[in-house]
This record gives sequence, C-alpha cells and structure tokens, in this order.
Amino acid sequence: MEIPYTVKTRPDTGLFNAKLGIWLFLASEVMLFGALFSSYVLLRVGSPDWPHGSSILNVPLGTLNTLVLITSSITMVMAWASLVLKNFSKFKLYMGLTILLGLVFLVVKSFEYGAKFHHHMFPKESVYLAIYFTLTGLHALHVIGGMVVNAYLWGPGSKMWETDPQRFTNRVEVSGLFWHFVDLVWIFLFPVLYLL
Amino acid sequence: MATHSAHPFPKSSAHDLPFWRKYIFSTDHKIIGLQYGITASFFLFFGFCLMMLMRWQLAYPGQPLPVIGTWFGDANMPGGIMLPEFYNSLGAMHGTIMVFLAIVPLVFGAFGNYIVPLQIGAPDMCFPKVNAASYWAYFTGGVVMCYSFFVPGGAANSGWTSYSPLADIATEGQTWWLIGMVCLITSSLLGAINFIATIVQLRTKGMTWFRLPFFVWAQLVTAFLLLLAFPPLEAAGVMQLMDRLAHTSFFLPSGLVVSGKVLEVSGGGTPILWQHLFWFLGHPEVYVLILPAMGIVTEIIANNTRKPITGYKSLVFSALTIGFLSFIVWAHHMYLTGMGTKVSAFFQTTTILISVPSVIILTALFISLWGGSIRFTTPMLFALGFLPMFGIGGLTGIPLAFNATDIPLHDTYYVIGHFHYIVAPGTIFAIFAGIYYWFPKVTGRMMSERLGKVHFWLSMIFMNGIFLPMFIQGMAGVSRRWYDGGASYEFVQGVIHWNVFMSVSAWCLALVQIPFLINLFWSACKGKKASDNPWDATTLEWATPTPPPHGNFVVPPIVYHNPYDYSMSGAKKDFTPQNQPVEA
Ligand code: HEM
Ligand SMILES: [Cu+2]
Repeated sequence: MEIPYTVKTRPDTGLFNAKLGIWLFLASEVMLFGALFSSYVLLRVGSPDWPHGSSILNVPLGTLNTLVLITSSITMVMAWASLVLKNFSKFKLYMGLTILLGLVFLVVKSFEYGAKFHHHMFPKESVYLAIYFTLTGLHALHVIGGMVVNAYLWGPGSKMWETDPQRFTNRVEVSGLFWHFVDLVWIFLFPVLYLL
Repeated sequence: MATHSAHPFPKSSAHDLPFWRKYIFSTDHKIIGLQYGITASFFLFFGFCLMMLMRWQLAYPGQPLPVIGTWFGDANMPGGIMLPEFYNSLGAMHGTIMVFLAIVPLVFGAFGNYIVPLQIGAPDMCFPKVNAASYWAYFTGGVVMCYSFFVPGGAANSGWTSYSPLADIATEGQTWWLIGMVCLITSSLLGAINFIATIVQLRTKGMTWFRLPFFVWAQLVTAFLLLLAFPPLEAAGVMQLMDRLAHTSFFLPSGLVVSGKVLEVSGGGTPILWQHLFWFLGHPEVYVLILPAMGIVTEIIANNTRKPITGYKSLVFSALTIGFLSFIVWAHHMYLTGMGTKVSAFFQTTTILISVPSVIILTALFISLWGGSIRFTTPMLFALGFLPMFGIGGLTGIPLAFNATDIPLHDTYYVIGHFHYIVAPGTIFAIFAGIYYWFPKVTGRMMSERLGKVHFWLSMIFMNGIFLPMFIQGMAGVSRRWYDGGASYEFVQGVIHWNVFMSVSAWCLALVQIPFLINLFWSACKGKKASDNPWDATTLEWATPTPPPHGNFVVPPIVYHNPYDYSMSGAKKDFTPQNQPVEA
C-alpha cells in the first residue's frame, strides 16, 4: 500500500504531506508559546515590582546567543539549498555547522543557567525568574529536539539521498522549517526577557 | 469468512505481518481505531464505576456501602464509609476520565480513525506511524492516570478543572494527573495534525470539499480545535508542574494562608491565570465532545430518512462558525471571578452568538426528518434520541450564558445537568448509534435489532432519570461539590429526596447496558451475515470489502456524487453511491 503525496506535491493543494504536517505542528507550537507569552504579560501587569530584565540577566551573552541562532538558521537554509543544487558534500558541511551552532547555543545557555544557580537565583525566587526559566527551558528542549532530528539527517538518515533524493530533500526542508521556528521563538524571547 | 474471499487483498497487504505488528503495534488506521475504541470503552466503564460509587454517598451519605464497601481500603472507605477526600478523588477522576480518556478518544480516536479515511477514499491516514504514536501516547496517559490512584493521598482531588491554588498544594496525585495530561495532550496533537493532513491531502479523485460527508467536516473542525486549544493547557500544565515541583508561584498570590499559616512561597502569581488557560482549552473541548457526535448522527439520519440532508451547506458553515467562535467564549465559565462589566458583556455576546450555529445544525437535522420515509432501525433510534437530548442540553445553557442568571446557577447541579445532557444522552447516544451503524462494516455481521431496541428505550428512560432532577436540585441551590448530597444544608431539604431516585437510575442505567454487551459479543460471532453495504448507504466506506483490508479499497474510488444522494429522481434505486459513475 502506498500513501499518495508523500514525495510529490498534490496539485490542488500545492503541498506534500509532511510539509502540511509540519505547518500544522508549528501552529500548535505558536499556541503553546503564545499561551506562555500571554501568561508573562498577565503576570507582569499584575505585579507591583517587576524587575528590569537587564538587571538580572547577562545581555551580552543573550545577544551572542541570538546571533548564533540566526546564523544557524542561515546555514540550515544553505544545507537545504545545497541539496536542491544536488551538492551533497556542501549539505554535509552546512548541516554539520547548523548542529554545531545549536550546540554553541546550548553551551552558552548552560553557562547562564549555572551563573544564576550560583547566585541562588532559582525559579522559586520570584515570578520573573519562574517565567524566565520556564520559557527558556522549554525553548532549550525545542533546540535539543531540532538538533536530534538534524543529527539524524546528517548521519544515518542521509543514506536516503542515494535511494530517494527528492524525499530526503523534503525531509531537510521540513526539519528546517522547525529549526527556523525555534529561532523565531528565541527572537521573541530575547527582547521580552532580557531587554524589556 | 466467505464474504471477503471474493475480494482479493491488494498487493503488499498486512496479511503476512506477525501478530504483534498487525494488531498491537499496527499502523493501519482501522486497527488503531479499534484499539482506541476498546481502550476508551474500558475507560468509559471505569469512569462510570467511579460515578456509581459517588452516587452511593450522595443518596445515602455516611452509610457504609454494602458488600463491596470494604474493598477500597481503610485509607478511602474505612468500614465501607466513604471519606471526603476519596469522594473528591472520585469526582475529579470521573470528570477527567470521561472527558479525556473516554469520550474524546471514542468520537475522535476511534470513530474518526476508522471512518474518515474510508469516507474520503484514502488508503490510510497521512502519517500511519504518527497515528500509532498518538494511540500509544494516549495509552501511556491512561496508565499514568490509573497509577495515580495508588500514590499516597490517592488520585487527583481538585476537580477535573484542577483549579489553583487548591491544585498547587494538593496531594501527589495531582502531579501524576499533570503528567498524564501531558501524555494525553501530546496524543491529541499528533492525532489532530494527522486528521487535518489526511482530509486535506488524501481525498480521492472527485472528492471535492462539498462532497465530503458531514462527518468528515465535523472531524476536521474538531481536529482544529484540538490542535489550537490544547497547547495552552499544556503550557498551564507545565506551569502547574513548576509550581508543584520547583516551588514557583505562577498561580499562588502573595500572602496566601493555608491551614492558618502563610505559605512560604515567593507569591506574586495569580489563580485567575490558571482559569483562563484551562477554559481556553475547556470550552473548545466541549465542542470536541459534541461535533463528531453531530457528524455521526447526520450520517445516520440521511441514511434512514432516505433523503438528502436539508441544508448540508449550512451544516458545514455552522460547524466552521462554531469552530471559530469557540475560541472566544471561554470566560463564560468565569463570570464569578469578578471580571469587569465590559469584559463580561463581550463574553455574554459571543456565547449567545455561538448558540446560533448549534441551533442551525439541530434545526436542519429536524427538518431533514420531514417527509422522509423513516426506517426506525436501532442506529436511527439512537440518532433520533440524540436530537431532543442535545436540545435540552443546549437550551439549558442559555441561562448560563448571561451573567445575571449564571451567578446563582454556577457550580450547582444545574450546570452538571446541563453539560451531562449534552455528553451523556447526547454524545453517548451518538456513540451507540455509530456502533450499531458501522458494526456490520467492521465485523461483517449485523447486530440484533431486538436487543438494540431494548437497549435504546431503557437507556433513554434511565438517562433522563439521572439528569432531569439535577435541574430541580440545581435551581434550589444544591452545590455540585457537596460530599453529603446536601443532607447538612437546611435550605435544600425540599429537594434532596431526589438523590435516591437519581442514584437508582444510575445503577439501573448500568444494568441496562447488559443487553448491549450481549448484543455486541454475540453478534460479532453469531450475528446475521452482512453484505458490503447492508444499509443501502451512499458514502464511500460502504464501497470497500467487509471488513476493509489493509489499504482499504480494491481500486481507488472516484467520486461523482454528493454525499447524501438518496431518492434522486431518475435513479434506479433509492440511493446513489458517491462512486457510482454518472450514466452518459
Ligand atoms: C452517564 C452517566 C453519568 C452520570 C450518572 C454522571 C454523574 C455525575 C455526577 C453525580 C457528577 C457530580 C460531581 C461533583 O459533585 O462534582 C458528575 C460530574 C462530572 N461528569 Fe458525569 N456522569 C455521567 C457521565 C459523564 C460523561 C459521559 C462525561 C463526559 C463528558 C461526564 C463528565 C463529567 C464531568 C466533566 C464532571 C465534573 C467533575 C468535576 O467537576 O470534578 N460525565 N457526573
Ligand atoms: Cu463553555
């Protein structure tokens, strides 16, 4: 039995299945982070003494991480574009870079966490820290998830390039869409938590 | 079985898979649908048992439960007398299990999975492996919920709504409740993505949007509700977990006093936040419970009146409108939280607006009966029973929509009566209707009409026996959370004699399911053989062999007709299957 449109696009919708799937998944993710951002607003509005983010968090490190993630989004696009241009070794390079940049992000993040814990700033200390750790923690989980998928596509999953190049390219595209989303969430998180 | 030897299995069938791949870790939408159906039926029964226990305490407060009372241990029912904490657990878990583990998995997971791909002419769901993952996430969530009964302090006991701060400081069961919910939410999200992608991508040739059976439309809207409404509850669940495990204060205000002592937390949070996030899911969720039921009923009414549904398009647009509006009515569950008059005016307006499409659907279905030559089969009886029951449920919602009338009714048995009319004699009747209707497709055999009719009429009587008095009690002010059914409250003495009546009705309702169970098992083995299309129906699920093989259709069907082309003028028979070629 063959499921239609796993590789080719359906003419009247212009989509292959996984692409629609990932967009729907991202819609639910928007609602997830949207709910957390709304909670942030509600908690902040109701609070008499909300701290200024920059007085607690390390803005230079946050900025660095923002740049890291944006760069990784670019390399992710390059990885996909290389496949479209049938250049497999370039794909390996750019995908590898994307994974590496994800790793850099996580290392920087763990330094930030470590510094906070060192100063006894735990989630339970204030509602500000609670939402900071919840939002960034959930985001970090998404980064890890994206990296696992990318690592699979870079390593064992890339064998599909030999057997079904179109499908493999689609997979990279789909994983890329998720990765851009993770990047986008951070671009909202950073100003909201660090700067405002 | 002789019936399907005539239909050779398509190539690459699941024929030679080992048992565990074929029936346990299957990726076939029909097997997954049945897995959902069996698991969810178990939970429906389980949730029903919890409620029957509660009904003992409500009818005979403080009296030991005979015979089985001592089975529940001294921590719950010492000497067979129910402790208040145990009663609270039963209430919270009854609601949780019925909503998230029984009804939604039945109407969406079971019926949706089995029927949707067949009705759109697809070989399977878009993502069969994701489909299996969705079932196993659901199963895990169910196991976690069951396990939570055995942790110290018992299962969650802060109501199915888990309001904070109560839930923040509740016993360990609440933590497991949250973990279980995360599994269930994951399952629903995976399912929702799969349903939408399947309906958009895998419609067969000729199956245009307005040739989709209404059941498919209903499932599509349901999937969108699940997709977009569940994540906020997941966010809320994560925050409540943080509150409980990392001792944050998302839902705890400053200076909260518990048992005479100020709680040692940072404070600064707000309990209202939980309510907003919960009901942002909670309200769309009630339409998740009812829309697929409307879909089932529509199929059966069209088939048994032998005429097209009146106003098919208005049904579709009503369902879409419901889908949209259900995201902006949630605060009607929160009138008592002291919101401003402007906010409350907004939510009163949207709530009344959303009743309009529901009434359109109900009216269209009623008008569809008019002038039909109705066949009173068992599925049709249940479908017909659904209509007035849903009507009562809906109409009793109107007074709740208005702030002024809601304030005295909130958290009374009136509310319990209101939503149970929708889910119990409403959705559950639709589920029974669906079982009787599609059983021949699944098993190749018919169910007994005689037993079915007994089952219908007795269920109808006892359902009303349980829920009708709830309105009387509620209007007299009986609160939904009282553990003694009102015995210790002076002002409700005039209405609490109903408690015994309601409880006896509930136990009788359990007994009259016996004919159904006999029917189900007996017919599966010994029932009359069914043809591929025993009801002379038009939609595509009847164009498959019985039971449908892996991959469903022998050749991919092509659709030429509207979903309910019954009694078309000029046609030879009184039904024109969707895939019957148009004669030149
Ligand atoms: C068919 C027989 C049923 C009976 C006799 C019954 C009875 C009850 C009773 C007595 C309560 C009161 C709980 C309290 O005091 O707070 C209740 C609550 C509830 N029931 Fe049912 N129920 C039935 C079926 C269902 C079904 C099918 C659903 C699925 C949607 C359901 C969902 C709920 C919910 C969500 C609550 C609220 C629980 C809470 O507030 O903690 N019930 N039911
Ligand atoms: Cu509501």
